[in-house]
Amino acid sequence: MRLDPRGRSHPAYIAFLVHRLSGLLLALFLPLHFWALGQAITGEAALEGFIRWTDTAVLKFAETCLVVLLAAHLAGGLRVLALEFLGWRSSQKTLVAASAGFSLAVGALFLLNSGP
Amino acid sequence: MSGPQLWMLQRGSAMLLALGVVVHLVTIMVAVRGGLSAAEILARTRGNAAWLAFYAAFALAAGLHGAIGLRAIAAEWLGWRGRGFDLAWMAVAVLTAALGIRAAYGLYSA
Repeated sequence: MRLDPRGRSHPAYIAFLVHRLSGLLLALFLPLHFWALGQAITGEAALEGFIRWTDTAVLKFAETCLVVLLAAHLAGGLRVLALEFLGWRSSQKTLVAASAGFSLAVGALFLLNSGP
Repeated sequence: MSGPQLWMLQRGSAMLLALGVVVHLVTIMVAVRGGLSAAEILARTRGNAAWLAFYAAFALAAGLHGAIGLRAIAAEWLGWRGRGFDLAWMAVAVLTAALGIRAAYGLYSA
C-alpha cells in the first residue's frame, strides 16, 4: 500500500518529523553532554576551563541549535501529550505553529542573553 | 518489558521531563546572562541537595526517555528489533542516566 504523499506536507507530519529528528539528535547528544560535564566538574577551575574552551562562535552556534532543538522537542512533546491524553485534535495546526514559534523564541532569548 | 509498559514509561518520563526542561531552559537563560561562569554555576549548586535531587531525577528521566525513543526509531527505520537490541537499549538508558547523575553529583560536590 502506498501512502498518500500529500500527507507529507501537512503541518502535523512536519511536526512529527521535527519531534523525531530533534529527539534523535538530543538522545545522541545527551551521553556526550553528561560525560563532558562529568569530566569537567572536578573543581571550579576545571569547570571554568571547560566553559572558556566553549567560548567560540562555532560552539556558541551549536549551543543555540541545541537550545532550539530542546525547546522544539518540549513544545512538540506537549502537543503529543495534549493529543493523546486530552484529545485536543481540532486545533492541531495552531498547536504546531505555536510549538515552532516557542522554539524560535527560546533560541532568540538564548542568543540575546548570551555573552558578557 | 512489553510495548504498552514502555509506552507508559515513555509518556510518564515525558511528563516529568516537561517540567524539568522548563526549569533547565530558565536556568540556562539565567546562567548565560552576563556570561557563563563556573563560580556562578557552583554558587547555585554546590552543597545544594535540592538541585542534586532535581538534576539526578532529570538525568534518570532523560536517560530512560532517550533510550526508549532511540529504540522506537531504530525498530521503525532500521528494523532493529528483538531481545538483544532491547538489552542494548536498556544499557544505553542506564549508562546515560549514570553519566548524568555523576555530573549532577559533580555540581553538588565540586
